[in-house]
Amino acid sequence: MSVTLGHYLSLGAILFALSVVGIFLNRRNLIVLLMAIELMLLAVNMNFVAFSYYLGDMHGQVFVFFILTVAAAESAIGLAILVLVFRSKSRILVEELNELKG
Amino acid sequence: MDFTTGFFYLFSAVLLFAAFRVITARNPVYAALYLVLTFAQAAAVWLLLKAEFLAIALVLVYVGAVMVLFLFVVMMLDINTDSLRAGFWKHFPVAAVVGVVIALEMAAVLMGGFRLAEEPRAGAAAVQAAAQAGAQAPLEVSNTRELGKLLYSEYLYPLELAAVLLLVAIVAAIALTLRHRKDSRKMDPALQVRVRARDRLQVVRMPPVVAPPPQPAAASSAEGSQP
Repeated sequence: MSVTLGHYLSLGAILFALSVVGIFLNRRNLIVLLMAIELMLLAVNMNFVAFSYYLGDMHGQVFVFFILTVAAAESAIGLAILVLVFRSKSRILVEELNELKG
Repeated sequence: MDFTTGFFYLFSAVLLFAAFRVITARNPVYAALYLVLTFAQAAAVWLLLKAEFLAIALVLVYVGAVMVLFLFVVMMLDINTDSLRAGFWKHFPVAAVVGVVIALEMAAVLMGGFRLAEEPRAGAAAVQAAAQAGAQAPLEVSNTRELGKLLYSEYLYPLELAAVLLLVAIVAAIALTLRHRKDSRKMDPALQVRVRARDRLQVVRMPPVVAPPPQPAAASSAEGSQP
């Protein structure tokens, strides 16, 4: 029994489900929320790479490249916002971030 | 069960365990370190899928840069872990149900009705066929070269857009976290260039005042009394 495309896609699906569970569990912890988003993007990338290999098409890997770029930018700006929140409130609690409410 | 299958299951098991520890770790530093392990295992799985360039890029960019950034931020901020963990297990039943439903639905679709391409096709199949045919005529297909050809021909404009996106991210991150110190003695070059001589030097016209000449008699008498 060799590894098929379904194995890799299932791995991506389980990883995605795990990160969804992580977002539910760590609703107060912004840092772990960012990490769970990174895990989600990794699951998507896993699917892209698996399809790219099994369909013999390199375009999927190009998309993984762009997703990596966007994920790096997203985490950098997210962490910068986190630092700003910590500077203004001296702690990081998601419940306190409701000052933009109209 | 051949070599690749064993490695696939090994890497997958470690990857899923590390991902589980990321979302349940009590300390954010441990979560970040487990995320490093997750990315390393994902890079290994991608190596099995013959995506060498992306695997190396994942290790370099994520493990080398993004995760170090995470660790810096986690260590720089003073995080009260207990207040963050409050209500952690309260949401666990809902989270577990949602996660299991997502995983089961996706796995059902993938394992049941999804029978697309059981075997690697086209490029990858050609590589394997060439490898099995013998070493006398090896087919030189480099993953990095093929990716580079695609990126710099067909995807040139999106690549430049990605570069601009990274630039915007740099500018945004610096602009967000830059703090102007009140006590620093920095200079403003614009003000320095704009300054004129008349701002700094003021010429005052005033009548000349001549000091009275010294008395020659007193000077000679002082010299005479020395010896």
